[in-house]
Amino acid sequence: MIAALFSFKGGVKPASHKDESTHAPIIRAPLPPRLIVPLRQSAGGAPRALVAAGQNVLKGECIGSPEGDFSSAIHAPTSGRVLSVEPRMLPHPSGLSALCVEIEPDGEDRWGDRTPVNYTAASPDALRDILRDAGIVGLGGATFPSHLKLKPGAAGRIGTLIINGAECEPWITCDDLLMRERATEIARGIAILRHIVSAERVLVGIEDNKPQAIAAMRTATARSEDVAVVPVPTRYPAGGEKQLIHALTGIEIPYGRFGTDFDVQCFNVATAYSVQRAIELGEPLVSRIVTLSGNVERPCNIEALIGTPIDELLKLAAPKADTDRYIMGGPMMGFTLPATGLPVTKAANCIIAASPTLFPPQGAEMPCIRCGACTRACPAELQPHELYWFSRAKNFGKAQEYGIFDCIECGCCAYVCPSNIRLVDYYRFAKSSMRTLEREKAVADAARERFEFRTLRDEREKAEKAARLAAKTAAGRQAAEGAGATKPATPAAATQAQSPADKPLAPLDDQKKALIAAAIQRVQAQKSGVQPKNTDNLTPEKQAEIREIESRRDKVRELAKTPPEEPV
Amino acid sequence: MVSALLVMAGIALVLGAMLGFASIRFKVKGDPLVDKIDAILPQTQCGQCGFPGCKPYAQAIAKGEVEINQCPPGGEEGIRKLADLLGKEFKPLSAEHGVEKPKQVAIIHEDVCIGCTLCIQACPVDAIVGAAKQMHTIVAPLCTGCELCVPPCPVDCIDMVTVPETVETWKWRYPVIRLKEQAA
Repeated sequence: MIAALFSFKGGVKPASHKDESTHAPIIRAPLPPRLIVPLRQSAGGAPRALVAAGQNVLKGECIGSPEGDFSSAIHAPTSGRVLSVEPRMLPHPSGLSALCVEIEPDGEDRWGDRTPVNYTAASPDALRDILRDAGIVGLGGATFPSHLKLKPGAAGRIGTLIINGAECEPWITCDDLLMRERATEIARGIAILRHIVSAERVLVGIEDNKPQAIAAMRTATARSEDVAVVPVPTRYPAGGEKQLIHALTGIEIPYGRFGTDFDVQCFNVATAYSVQRAIELGEPLVSRIVTLSGNVERPCNIEALIGTPIDELLKLAAPKADTDRYIMGGPMMGFTLPATGLPVTKAANCIIAASPTLFPPQGAEMPCIRCGACTRACPAELQPHELYWFSRAKNFGKAQEYGIFDCIECGCCAYVCPSNIRLVDYYRFAKSSMRTLEREKAVADAARERFEFRTLRDEREKAEKAARLAAKTAAGRQAAEGAGATKPATPAAATQAQSPADKPLAPLDDQKKALIAAAIQRVQAQKSGVQPKNTDNLTPEKQAEIREIESRRDKVRELAKTPPEEPV
Repeated sequence: MVSALLVMAGIALVLGAMLGFASIRFKVKGDPLVDKIDAILPQTQCGQCGFPGCKPYAQAIAKGEVEINQCPPGGEEGIRKLADLLGKEFKPLSAEHGVEKPKQVAIIHEDVCIGCTLCIQACPVDAIVGAAKQMHTIVAPLCTGCELCVPPCPVDCIDMVTVPETVETWKWRYPVIRLKEQAA
């Protein structure tokens, strides 16, 4: 099958630096003395912790259960004892903390229950649930829960499945090595994904600077029908989901829509690999391959358990002495780690040791000269310089109008900017500010609604109370009138005889009296009503006992009434 | 001459009828300005402005009876937005109405609470759950941090705590351009 190649606009060609870390095969990291597993490792809500300090866990045991469907489970990466469940600093640009489970491995690496599933016999819904409970998320870096991406749209199926092996960002080689070494498993994972969405065809997009990976994937998928391995031209960001979909199918997906709406969906090769492990071996996602490169003695790819402290991994790569910081992710989209000793997460595809010689400090930011270089480089076909002006002026409405949410933050614009403007920083600021404003607005709207409802309720209750009171008074008055007509007949007649002038006053007086009398009667009725009723249906013996007790009580009361005798 | 007058009068009549129809058909219910002002106000319903809620304050602003700098939770940003909307001059927050604070939520110390329901009656947004002689608790996502529940509490078991920044609510800072490298 020959797939037509479309191209996306823009992009840049930075030095790839992929050679350094592709010479050695993937090595398995030794068990670290401690594992720190953050509970929130995917888009969506943080899972709820299922373990407490002191508890023993087995490898693959679920330690964080997904809250709702828009989340993914977290598992113990090895067997051992839970030391603590407390907030720890995350590998996140903010350097903020969130709940992490700290595990001390027992060294046995003993698996818990593993139930392999024959996917051909299972329903897509069951498979999606297995993937959610196995904590499978997109391993390309966005960590979007895979089971959500596998939900077909209205059609009930997704026509084209795209497998992303482009790995366009410099330095990163973890997917390359995975495809070279474990192509068979990836191919089986692809078959499972294909089965879930009943896709007609599968396109595996790999940048043409990875001939070995292309060959391996071609051999592995040779026997499957309608699976094509398509080399895509090497140009950053060919591995961006939207860019790859566009390059392979010509479909453009706007912001806020999903691939499913366009009959296409995209998964990373590492995700396909972990899907295969989850279904065919019953192993949840507890490890991933991390590229260690940059300013290190031994650049390599390591299969590390999720939660392994990064400095444990760095020991294997031996960073050089002049390393001044570490970057997680690639040099284009990654961020400087706020500290070492932070754990590997599902998003950690690459750790780069940076030194001033390798990544010379960017020059001072100069004014934008509107040269338009960024517009030519933008793969999302936006106008980065306009977005820059609007973001800088905090004119968010206008920035949104110019499509800032379509920006994938690939960094091409900042890469080509002759004025060294950190454009992406401005976009990130604008985007997160807008999200915050939106969230605050939703909260304010809810508060307004609740306040208005409360005011309404208060008024209604007041009106109801007034109505009740009026009804009660009216009823009482009526009753009094009824009583007043018969009872005080003689005095009324007497007053009538005495002075006809007092006549209108008398009934009012009587009414009041009658009202008071009625109220007293009511209270008395209530009082007499409050009698112990649990003594009614009892055996004669019990009743005799009660009588005895009551007489004793009476006696005591009598005694209490008589004044105490004076001491002699 | 007469025909010209008739034509002009006819046009005037037709246009007048259209305007009259439009004024009835497209009548705007309520005051749109009040809604616009209300949308800027933070909906804390704290009453620090001297009005029983954000809407009454918005109405008073729309009538031009009060200053726009009486809302501490809205802060400086809120005043700027109001000034922009109403074409008024920006004024710093008036000190007698309070000071701008980071977003807070109330927390009830549940072992101290005696279940008097006074805070429930004070809460403007029904964010407190409880019943007489039963422990009360705050529904934190609904709490606006208005502090109205704090004074009525007879046992002082309500505290205001600042909402910490989490990874979900964290936002990128405004890029700061350093013109000169600072000396270490």
